[in-house]
Amino acid sequence: MTEFIDFISNNLQMIYIVILMIFVGVEIIGHVPAVLHTPLMSGANAIHGVVIIGAILVMLGAEQDNILALSLGFVAVLLGTLNVVGGFVVTDRMLEMFKKKK
Amino acid sequence: MEYIFSLEFIYLIASVTYILGLKMLGHPETARKGNLIAAAGMTLAIIGTIFLYQGEVASIIYILIGIAILIGTVIGWMVAKKVGMTKMPELVSLFNGMGGASAALIGLIEFHHYIGDQLSILTIIAGMIIGSISFSGSMIAWAKLNGTMNKPIRLPKYNMLNNVFLIAILGFGVYMVISGSSSVLFLYLLFFAALAYGVLFVLPIGGADMPVVISLLNSFTGLAAAFGGFLYGNMVMLTGGILVGSAGTILTLAMCKAMNRPLSNVIFGAFGEGSAAVASEGSKIQGNIKEASPSDVAILMNYSNKVIIVPGYGLAVAQAQHIIHELEQLLESKGIDVKYAIHPVAGRMPGHMNVLLAETNVDYDKLVEMEDVNPEFKSTDVVFVVGANDVVNPAAHNDPSSPIYGMPILDVENAKHIIVNKRSMKPGYAGIENELFYNQKTSMLFGDAKAALTKLVSELKNM
Repeated sequence: MTEFIDFISNNLQMIYIVILMIFVGVEIIGHVPAVLHTPLMSGANAIHGVVIIGAILVMLGAEQDNILALSLGFVAVLLGTLNVVGGFVVTDRMLEMFKKKK
Repeated sequence: MEYIFSLEFIYLIASVTYILGLKMLGHPETARKGNLIAAAGMTLAIIGTIFLYQGEVASIIYILIGIAILIGTVIGWMVAKKVGMTKMPELVSLFNGMGGASAALIGLIEFHHYIGDQLSILTIIAGMIIGSISFSGSMIAWAKLNGTMNKPIRLPKYNMLNNVFLIAILGFGVYMVISGSSSVLFLYLLFFAALAYGVLFVLPIGGADMPVVISLLNSFTGLAAAFGGFLYGNMVMLTGGILVGSAGTILTLAMCKAMNRPLSNVIFGAFGEGSAAVASEGSKIQGNIKEASPSDVAILMNYSNKVIIVPGYGLAVAQAQHIIHELEQLLESKGIDVKYAIHPVAGRMPGHMNVLLAETNVDYDKLVEMEDVNPEFKSTDVVFVVGANDVVNPAAHNDPSSPIYGMPILDVENAKHIIVNKRSMKPGYAGIENELFYNQKTSMLFGDAKAALTKLVSELKNM
């Protein structure tokens, strides 16, 4: 039990963020028309590409002679970039088509 | 002044752009701008992470990061720009898998740096398991959507075995955290087991349910990214990841609601079993099929006042979206009122049909959603169903034994005439017979959608 309380008090800021973000996520999606479900899914898909930040941190923190960590990190950064760039570009292409014709 | 350029401040801005971006993506007028805002925030966060890093880093590492980003950008950009609109759902799945893999790799690399630190090991292992499942699951979803792997695969007691396997993986993960194991062998074992589970998880789910699966895996990847954020105390990963995790979950539930099925039903697949049973019993529906030629249909449409087109995935597969737009314009020029009835789950993804038809410049106002269009069928002369099946199956209303019973459908049977274009009498994606085809008012226009529509348009032009 003390461990649990320690955990809470040591990570209070992050726990706040997690809880608030859950509500923000729920609120944002609330009333999206079905038309936009696909672009929205695609946009959210691009945003979780933020995992690339972790991949970059892995590489920045890796020892120069740790070939395994560097090569895995390289792949992780590459895949993360694919997720980010591909995700945003595809979403943009989808949305480009929604512009209203007059 | 210094504070403005600090990494924390950049992360704060980036987090706000994600929230703002997602919010704006929910409205047609602001959606595109929202996407660009989130993209700008992401770029800022990436650049900040690289250039404001505190610590000694060998230049070779910077070069490697630069190369990886460059390759990823070029490939991602080209693939995203080149691929056809009908392939979009697959592509989303593919990119989602990339993110999952990235998260899993982070876990693999960081594991031995944190041995002894139980909380960190917990986040590493959780992130790795979720990332791996998301990766391999997305790959299977991708294969299913592009038709490489079409049939749901199902063995006896499949769900039970699958669940036992999942519990074993989780149990093993918990054991590794509690025991403080430093075994890299165990770590890789867990990694491959999670990959295998991802495959087994998606394998039995039918292609028609892939949108829901992708959306779910999308939120999984978000969660995996958030665990990474927890590990590094990195706020932007935490906010971005949790935001997508929660928004993705709500989106998944919204999709399930559109099909009127609980999520558990999609995942643990009573659907697959039910439809398999129906298929094996053979068709119970008796009756006659009326076949119509393109010129019959042309005559019928020519003397109508109101035509509603119901597009489905068959339209996308046949690449017939341009010719259907031509048909629509031709009918409009003859003074006939033409609309498209869009079922929320038509195609392979909610909104898929809208994206597809928008590509051919179909007027946004002509795409009418289910609730709004259903009362209109009564006053409609001809309903033209192109490549859609399950979304117009009356069994959803009147056959409690049907796996789609209760799903809201387009009430096309209220129209005066129904024309159904299909390649053959094969049941739809869900594998369920459709009594609509045997309806007195229904005529079947057999053939590939593009070929049949081309003939129809040329017949109409001659009138």
